[in-house]
Amino acid sequence: MAIEARNVTKRFGDFLALDDVSIDVESGSLTALLGPSGSGKSTLLRVIAGLEVPDAGDVFISGKEATALAPQKRGVGFVFQHYAPFKHMTVRDNVAFGLTIRRRPKQQVRARVDELLELVQLAGLGRRYPAQLSGGQRQRMALARALAPEPEVLLLDEPFGALDARVRKELREWLLRLHDETHVTTIFVTHDQEEALELADSIVVMNNGRVEQTAPPRELYDEPANAFVMSFVGPVNRIGDAWVRPHDVELRHESNGSTQEAWVERVVRLGFETRVDLVRDDGTRLHAQLSRDEADLLELEPGDIIFVRTRNARTFS
Amino acid sequence: MARHLVRLGSLGYLALILVAPVGLVFWRAFEHGWHPFWAAISNPDAVHALVLTLEVAAVAVPLNTLFGILCALAIVRHRVPGMGLVNALVDLPLALSPVVVGLALYLLYARDGWFGGHVRVLFAYPGILLATLFVSLPFVVREVVPVLREIGTEQEEAAATLGSSAFATFRRITLPSIRYAVAYGVVLTTARSLGEFGAVSIVSGGIAGRTQTLTQYVQASYENFDQTAAYSASVLLALLAIATVLAMTLLRPRGDRST
Repeated sequence: MAIEARNVTKRFGDFLALDDVSIDVESGSLTALLGPSGSGKSTLLRVIAGLEVPDAGDVFISGKEATALAPQKRGVGFVFQHYAPFKHMTVRDNVAFGLTIRRRPKQQVRARVDELLELVQLAGLGRRYPAQLSGGQRQRMALARALAPEPEVLLLDEPFGALDARVRKELREWLLRLHDETHVTTIFVTHDQEEALELADSIVVMNNGRVEQTAPPRELYDEPANAFVMSFVGPVNRIGDAWVRPHDVELRHESNGSTQEAWVERVVRLGFETRVDLVRDDGTRLHAQLSRDEADLLELEPGDIIFVRTRNARTFS
Repeated sequence: MARHLVRLGSLGYLALILVAPVGLVFWRAFEHGWHPFWAAISNPDAVHALVLTLEVAAVAVPLNTLFGILCALAIVRHRVPGMGLVNALVDLPLALSPVVVGLALYLLYARDGWFGGHVRVLFAYPGILLATLFVSLPFVVREVVPVLREIGTEQEEAAATLGSSAFATFRRITLPSIRYAVAYGVVLTTARSLGEFGAVSIVSGGIAGRTQTLTQYVQASYENFDQTAAYSASVLLALLAIATVLAMTLLRPRGDRST
């Protein structure tokens, strides 16, 4: 295991940020800490980095006890949500910081910084100041800076949170490629389930300072451990005690024994996907998600009466 | 139209309140030409007063700068109980009349005071220095505290995860981020040290050629009806003040700098 947290508890005054949290992160993996704001995911990341000291519990990095170790000695690279650039230093000096502080020979520092700037596609911008970079460039500079001292573990706090949608998508793909090339054990914090499902090999879902479930993306989506995980990793309908995904709501024109009547309230066409809002005759509201072809065949219009059936409904005790 | 009125109003006010009195001082000093001015300020008592004033500032400013930075760090970065009280106490010299400060020091160090009789403080350099330290204490703290709050702790935390020791982080990250605030504080501290009169006049005794500072020299000359000497020394003080204000303007960060 590259990182282990054992029964970690952390309070801020009356607020219980982490409540007996344990996680295992495999060496070389890309792990997501997923949860709503206030769920404790960033605090856990900071405990692993040594920026917060837990009230109880232990942290192990590469098998070594690290709970009381200063952040300087953990061999951890940390990328902050707002990147924390050193504003008075050039991009080059920012990236070189972790090396010059270790008094590496100048020649070696220069070579490593060149290599990293190339890797994060900032070659040629080394003489700029952080204020002269775009958000995405600043983010990549922060990554290069964190990677420079060759950390055993890379920790990213909401790495794409402050970027616009297009840049975010580009950077996601780029981070995946970077991880494939460097294989450094990486943990990132996100509140975006799509980001977690797309990037991570393993997802830790957190809520109210506790771990709700740890699983690979597919298992998390198909076998959610509880209602919270089910509703957090994707859209859901609630029908009584049961939870159903919108793509598991089937629509047809004819009734059969297992269908119920519903009224079409709204139809939204989003490119290849069509979303339909329905009200069942017992008053239950439902969202259905269809492919465009399916929707076109049904010729749905608001006000239509249609028959619905649900698949893969889940109940949690 | 309204813009012109605002501009005219503020300039007129400045002219009336600031420029006219200072201009008058210059005019009176050079009323009879360059020679009386030069004679007045090359008088040994005047030279001594100038040197003493600069000597006091030369010690008070670095001491209060060092204390100011440490105190600001303690107030902003360390949530220690009692820091709120320190934060409030730092403002005391701004609120308290310098005369009261001088009187307090006098009572403390007088022969029958608490600390009296051990070291010669009153009517000597240490007394003048203590009074100056007291009145010029808040400026660096007050300038640095808001900037420290604004830059936050993220850059320092980033430096720590990159392997930087606490001292290296201070020297390479924190200090460069607050440098303009420190410089501005130093300028204000200097101006206050050079111009202090009330507290110093009580503890120094104002003995010409020995414990008389430049401000006291101005007062003494004026009381002795030596107006040329008073105005000439005032010009010196005004020039020192103008130099500090100029330094302040040059040190003030340009628009593109964030701190």
